[in-house]
Amino acid sequence: MMSRQIRLIGGVLALLLVALLVNITVIQVVLARDYRERPGNQRILLAEYDRERGPILVGANPVAKSVETGNTLRYLRTYDDGPLYAPITGFYSLIYGATGLERTENRVLTGKSDLFFVDRMSQLFAGRQPVGGAVTTTIDAAAQVAAFKGLKGKVGAVVAIEPATGRILASAQSPSFDPNLLTSQVPETIRAYYEELKADPAKPLLNRPIVALNPPGSTFKLVTAAAALASGLYTPDSILSGPASYRLPLSTSELQNWNRKECGPDGKVTLEQALAISCNTAFAWLGVQLGDEALRRQAQLMGFDTSFQIPLKAATSRFPAELDAPQTALSAIGQFDVRATALQMAMVGAAIGNNGVTMVPYLVQEVRGPDLAILQTTEPTKFEAAMTPLNAAQLTEMMVNVVANGTGSNAQITGVQVAGKTGTAETDNERPAVAWFVAFAPAQAPQVAVAVVIEESGATEISGNGLAAPIAREVIKAVLR
Amino acid sequence: MSESEPQSIRRQPSRRGTELLLLICAWALGVLGTLQIGWSTGEGTPSRLWVTVGVVGALALVMHLVVHWKAKYADPILLPVATLLTILGLVMIYRIDVAAAQRAERNSAPQPTPDVYAQLTWFAIAVVLFVAVLILVKDHRRLQRYTYSFGLLGLILLILPLAPIIGTTVNGATLWVRVGGLSFQPAEAAKILLTLFFAGYLVVKRDSLALVRTKFLGLGFPQLRDLGPLVIAWVVSLGMLVFERDLGTSLLFFGLFITMLYIATQRRSWLIIGSLFFAVGAYLAYQLFEHVRNRVTVWLDPWAYADTTGYQIVQSLYGFANGGIMGAGLGQGFPTFVPFANTDFIVAAIGEELGLTGMFALLLLYAVLIERGLRTAVSVRDSFGQLLAAGLAITLALQVFVIIGGVTRLIPLTGLTTPFLSYGGSSLVANWVIIALLIRISDRARRPEVQQFDADDALTQVVRRV
Repeated sequence: MMSRQIRLIGGVLALLLVALLVNITVIQVVLARDYRERPGNQRILLAEYDRERGPILVGANPVAKSVETGNTLRYLRTYDDGPLYAPITGFYSLIYGATGLERTENRVLTGKSDLFFVDRMSQLFAGRQPVGGAVTTTIDAAAQVAAFKGLKGKVGAVVAIEPATGRILASAQSPSFDPNLLTSQVPETIRAYYEELKADPAKPLLNRPIVALNPPGSTFKLVTAAAALASGLYTPDSILSGPASYRLPLSTSELQNWNRKECGPDGKVTLEQALAISCNTAFAWLGVQLGDEALRRQAQLMGFDTSFQIPLKAATSRFPAELDAPQTALSAIGQFDVRATALQMAMVGAAIGNNGVTMVPYLVQEVRGPDLAILQTTEPTKFEAAMTPLNAAQLTEMMVNVVANGTGSNAQITGVQVAGKTGTAETDNERPAVAWFVAFAPAQAPQVAVAVVIEESGATEISGNGLAAPIAREVIKAVLR
Repeated sequence: MSESEPQSIRRQPSRRGTELLLLICAWALGVLGTLQIGWSTGEGTPSRLWVTVGVVGALALVMHLVVHWKAKYADPILLPVATLLTILGLVMIYRIDVAAAQRAERNSAPQPTPDVYAQLTWFAIAVVLFVAVLILVKDHRRLQRYTYSFGLLGLILLILPLAPIIGTTVNGATLWVRVGGLSFQPAEAAKILLTLFFAGYLVVKRDSLALVRTKFLGLGFPQLRDLGPLVIAWVVSLGMLVFERDLGTSLLFFGLFITMLYIATQRRSWLIIGSLFFAVGAYLAYQLFEHVRNRVTVWLDPWAYADTTGYQIVQSLYGFANGGIMGAGLGQGFPTFVPFANTDFIVAAIGEELGLTGMFALLLLYAVLIERGLRTAVSVRDSFGQLLAAGLAITLALQVFVIIGGVTRLIPLTGLTTPFLSYGGSSLVANWVIIALLIRISDRARRPEVQQFDADDALTQVVRRV
């Protein structure tokens, strides 16, 4: 009989079936990701363009939104004032992926977050695409505009924080880029623009406010001063040694003041005065007296050595480990290997202004459903008590003095007490010095703390007061208005 | 042999109730699928929905009743599975119609004619033929009388596309015959006729073909003279490849012939000789014909030809990738991205919208269908019925493997329709005739013993005992 042969053929056919099943599993499970990401794959592009992605809001104004196009690609992601908000929104490119809030809040914006559970269940039954939720940022439009305008023509960044909460009011950078050109519907345009941005030595794609690390220079003297007050051995009136030139311990190197003069008569200067005139020798001497451990601890309480996700991932600002005495002296004035982001220095100012309490910075205020119902609100979170309220008040007074009578005069605002600190930092390589300004206002009940960093400006005279303080002033004015 | 032994009269359940229940499930799945497409594409409840699903339900009911009337003991799984596959095909064709219409609307192009109504009409025609086969063919063994007529007719149909005036070349392959406004693929009918021919021919000739004359490498080889039929099948297959450029059908016929030859003669040497012939043929075709070479090159590296000859397969793979495990959901993929989405590449649309889950379900449906066919072959008592049922099941199996393997880049792509799913009348009608024949044979296989003592049966049994 032929049954045996038929069964054998049946077995062979079963093997062919298994081959089909294995092959299709490999394609749809293992290789699927690779196939989806292939540059020529228009499906994902279309799938993304086919659904309405939720907006990113500044106040009630959408700065990133999907608009209907009426052609094959149904929705187009557009950014009003793209370059202005680029460090916040990031871009949403189908070729190069997403950055910024477009990336971190993707599940909300696509409507796939678990927050939308109820909506999703009803969509599942209707077989409809999920509709995206909205992300409301903490950004203050006026502050953002002021920061962006101030940075025009320079290379640098501005971060403004609400001291009491940690809400980020502004996060601007220059140069920036236009995310619209990375979401256009023409792949060639996207590629050409992206290549251009990547080739730019000023790195416009870098999220400068939260990622660019620079030596904080004299603005770090705020941390050193805070550590001095915390030690209990110093008050604003304590006399420090402030000669024109300070020989670093255990070495032959000489550290000089920026004007190569003594900071006070007979090389003696009070802590308050040393901060006001940004006396390098006094703070280097003070740093050595306090020791690297005290400086490190103070820096860490204000956010150094911690990685923050705001929810964008910020670079970790560093206070180096294991310093010898000369390194400690340099670190106390924000040189050597101390590195900080603009976000970090804004946090330092905010902590001083907030009675010494460092708050965790955040960028997302609320998540709203497609029906605009609030689904999640970010609550302010305390990071650390970095200073006692008394010490914070004393340091605030000292910073007010910096603006009123010291190096930070360009930050003065009529009728508003501004507390601030300038900084100019030498970088390791052959780049020009970096200009800083850290400030908060009104000094007694601050609504805003701001850090400005200028890496390049084309100016021959580089100073925190000259380049950075005016920008800080405009941002503060914008918030207080 | 068991069938010659006297057996007590058993009451074999006819299982027609099971069949009806499964048919209702298949129909309900179709209704739900159609509704979901309407909702998820924003078209709303499809217009004429109830007319359409009513027609499909009525057609399925007619087939069920005819089976009940004419083939009461038939396998209860064959009809529902084939119906479910057809309904799934209709649903996907409707889905692709919607996508094409929406695309035309967005591009302000004229609205394309929907294909689903044409396919539904073809389904009705298929049901007519299904019913005709069950009524006209009371006993499949009578078909053996027309063995050579079937063979001749099959060959004529195969060469018909080459005939002047009526033969038509579409997309490089000469497969179509156009008479008046109607066009059909004669190869679809030919595959049934040739299966009938092979079964009838091999039943008679199998003894001489099975004779071992020479031993080589431990395997018994038949006489050189008996290689004749094999050579003819090989030449015909190659001829189709050369003149009609129909790689898929060529592959199908040769595979079918070899496996049936093996089953009939029970000689494994035929499989080996057949494989050698296949290898030589494949090598020659690769060396001689550019279109065969192209297929292989594209198969090996479709990405290099993603914008030209590899476009279809690359789009198909993107579709599968987009589907992933759970699928994009009915109505939420991009089936129109793959050219010929509703014919050769309909499986890509299913893979995209129903995902790996849907693909497994689909392949298992085919597996069940083929398994029931082979089971029928094993359980029917006459050799012709066995060979015929096995041949028909293998035809389906090879076709499914060649096209789905091609679309998923397991093997080089060759054009074949996906049985029951693809848009196209010839294929749908032909596959339903296959189901009708399998149902006819399975009815004979499962019929209670007592009814078999009619003259015809007795005769066969005597013949077989000799």
